[in-house]
Amino acid sequence: MATKPKIQLKRKTKTPGSGVRLLVGTRKGAFILSAEGKRKKWAISGPHFAGWEIYHLKGSPVDPDRLYASQSSGWFGQKIQRSNDGGKTWELVGDKFVYDGPTTTHQWYDGTQHPWEFKRIWHLEPSLSDPNTVYAGAEDAALFRTTDGGNTWQELPGLRSAKGHLWQPGAGGMGLHTILLDPTNPKRIFIAISAAGVFRTDDAGQTWRPANNGLKSPFQLPDPDAEVGHCVHRIAMHRSRPGVLFMQKHWDVMRSDNAGESWSEVSGNLPSDFGFPIDVHAHEPETIYVVPIKSDSEHFPPDAKLRVYRSRTGGQEWEPLTKGLPQRDCYVNVLRDAMAVDSLEPCGIYFGTTGGQVYASANSGDSWEPVARDLPPVLSVEVQTLT
Amino acid sequence: MIRVLLPAHLRTLARVTGEVQIEVAAPVTLGSVLDALESCYPVLRGSIRHHATLRRRPFVRFFACEQDWSHEPPEAVLPDPVVTGVEPFLVIGAMAGG
Repeated sequence: MATKPKIQLKRKTKTPGSGVRLLVGTRKGAFILSAEGKRKKWAISGPHFAGWEIYHLKGSPVDPDRLYASQSSGWFGQKIQRSNDGGKTWELVGDKFVYDGPTTTHQWYDGTQHPWEFKRIWHLEPSLSDPNTVYAGAEDAALFRTTDGGNTWQELPGLRSAKGHLWQPGAGGMGLHTILLDPTNPKRIFIAISAAGVFRTDDAGQTWRPANNGLKSPFQLPDPDAEVGHCVHRIAMHRSRPGVLFMQKHWDVMRSDNAGESWSEVSGNLPSDFGFPIDVHAHEPETIYVVPIKSDSEHFPPDAKLRVYRSRTGGQEWEPLTKGLPQRDCYVNVLRDAMAVDSLEPCGIYFGTTGGQVYASANSGDSWEPVARDLPPVLSVEVQTLT
Repeated sequence: MIRVLLPAHLRTLARVTGEVQIEVAAPVTLGSVLDALESCYPVLRGSIRHHATLRRRPFVRFFACEQDWSHEPPEAVLPDPVVTGVEPFLVIGAMAGG
């Protein structure tokens, strides 16, 4: 692929008088980390929902004090929490996630068909325009939506019709983990499922089709180019260019310049193209970030050095970002939902590790510092830019 | 009054401390106690039994009078010491092992 030109948007910056709020989900509760605009002094509150797995928390883009959290437990199931004051107080809302229509089946480990069974919510994605509308990605993979602030949830069952009978859970479960809402077209949504792939709707969720052309999984699928079944770990877009998508696949970093119609590999000079998160700089749509991991059987960084890799060319050409990150004896992982970017100037980048550290960079990744060192294993990190 | 002891996480959800007491009409069965408990504390719906099937969640156990009632059907009548409030009905989070 030809090197992409470096693109910088006209910067709509927030002043240093503003601040950021990190929403951190962990294996044993949620934590909220706050800092002023310079992102030097951090305060931590929590644990919220102590002892519960918090797969994800996220705030409404139109009402930053409206937060939603997915709280789950192997013992006591799924709960959804809502806050109207930026996480100071919380209230339980609806948690009845019932698959719509007749029970359908998907591939099971033994080659038989297995009925869909709800396990948990992996990801919550509030609407870009309405704080009461939220999308929820479930395991077993399905997309739910609330339009009443989380009190009731309805499935968008058309997704399971997109060759759902061929989907098969990987070892980590068949979870819908990524939901990207197109800011220019409210009827277009991209979702990604582990291990089924990327799917797109152009009619607000009524119908869906696979968007995996160009993905190759030679050691995971009998047909490496199969229409579904690829283990997509994460996809990301920049709000200014919703037709350009970036993907961290099980192996391979990919991009699409046509809204998922086709994908091409941009792993380039990465030390490993295995990993989980991928994200896009807030002001530079061709600047992307990944965290290479050694392999699918060794979930720790290559050479025991924790390095974020940045490409300013939309892939292919990558540079390691190491300043402030451990460069020896490091054996943590960074999970798919555990990286986020703020929209301050310079852009802030954040990620959390399975070792309980949260690292922050207030200069687009040039240098890092730990803002929390000893949390439970981090499952997700989101950031809100506050004015 | 039926005395019910909840595990810590469910007490937090229900915003109660210690035992809860609920009215249950006779005959007092496993199912009627759980129905009454969920009626008094709707946030517990889905956390003891599955929303759709009302089957006990796999890692929740029911103990009473030093007996395991987890595998009894919903219509099983609970023992007199529970019905009279002498003994509590225990909802337990199963041991994780390890």
